[in-house]
Amino acid sequence: MCATIRLQREPFDAAREVARLTRGRTDIGAVVTFTGICRGEEAGAPLLAMTLEHYPEMAQAEVARHVQEAEKRWPLRGVCVVHRFGRLCPGDEIVLVVTTAAHRQDAFAAAEFLMDYLKTRAPFWKEVESARGKTWVDAKQTDDALAERWAAEPNGRQAAE
Amino acid sequence: MKLRYFAWVRERIGKPEEEIEPPAGVGTVADLMNWLTGRGEEYAHAFGNPKVIRAAIDQTHVKSDATIVGAREIAFFPPMTGG
Repeated sequence: MCATIRLQREPFDAAREVARLTRGRTDIGAVVTFTGICRGEEAGAPLLAMTLEHYPEMAQAEVARHVQEAEKRWPLRGVCVVHRFGRLCPGDEIVLVVTTAAHRQDAFAAAEFLMDYLKTRAPFWKEVESARGKTWVDAKQTDDALAERWAAEPNGRQAAE
Repeated sequence: MKLRYFAWVRERIGKPEEEIEPPAGVGTVADLMNWLTGRGEEYAHAFGNPKVIRAAIDQTHVKSDATIVGAREIAFFPPMTGG
């Protein structure tokens, strides 16, 4: 399987990353892309900018571990994860996850799994700037709960569904 | 061993990394946080609520009862907020 993981300061081009995974392939029936974008407000206050700090060596290793875990759980044809760091402004893209598979269910589930884990396990921290100054974003319990459901159900499908 | 700090843990301690040699008896991540807390106000401020601090040994997440024996690099940071 083709797996690309990049941590970078520069913007990314989602269409180019999709093309890289699908060009010349006839075994791929589904591509899911998720792009996370910097919002213009945080906790009700206008946001001027956001700075993403990261632990470079660990972030690369941790994302790679999650990609490997996704490969074990779903029959994927390719994965691309790009996570930016540094100072970003509202409207800027932060993170890209692309998953490809023969069928959509696997591509959707793997993309969601990767995002849930990136939120709670990848060593990145957001600091937001507003008119009131700079503050570190608090981790959300809802994000922890979303990540934990993958531990409870290996393929993420809820028993109630 | 090398210690690395990130986000507000780094800001409170006032440096991104340092080399330390903890005394015998400091065997786990929790022991290490406790020992660091006694090194000064800035450490006490950073580790005041150890329950919210996350740790990694040699770039792998660990719990606070993990042994630090043989660790080359230990990192302390708040819960992650990437993605």
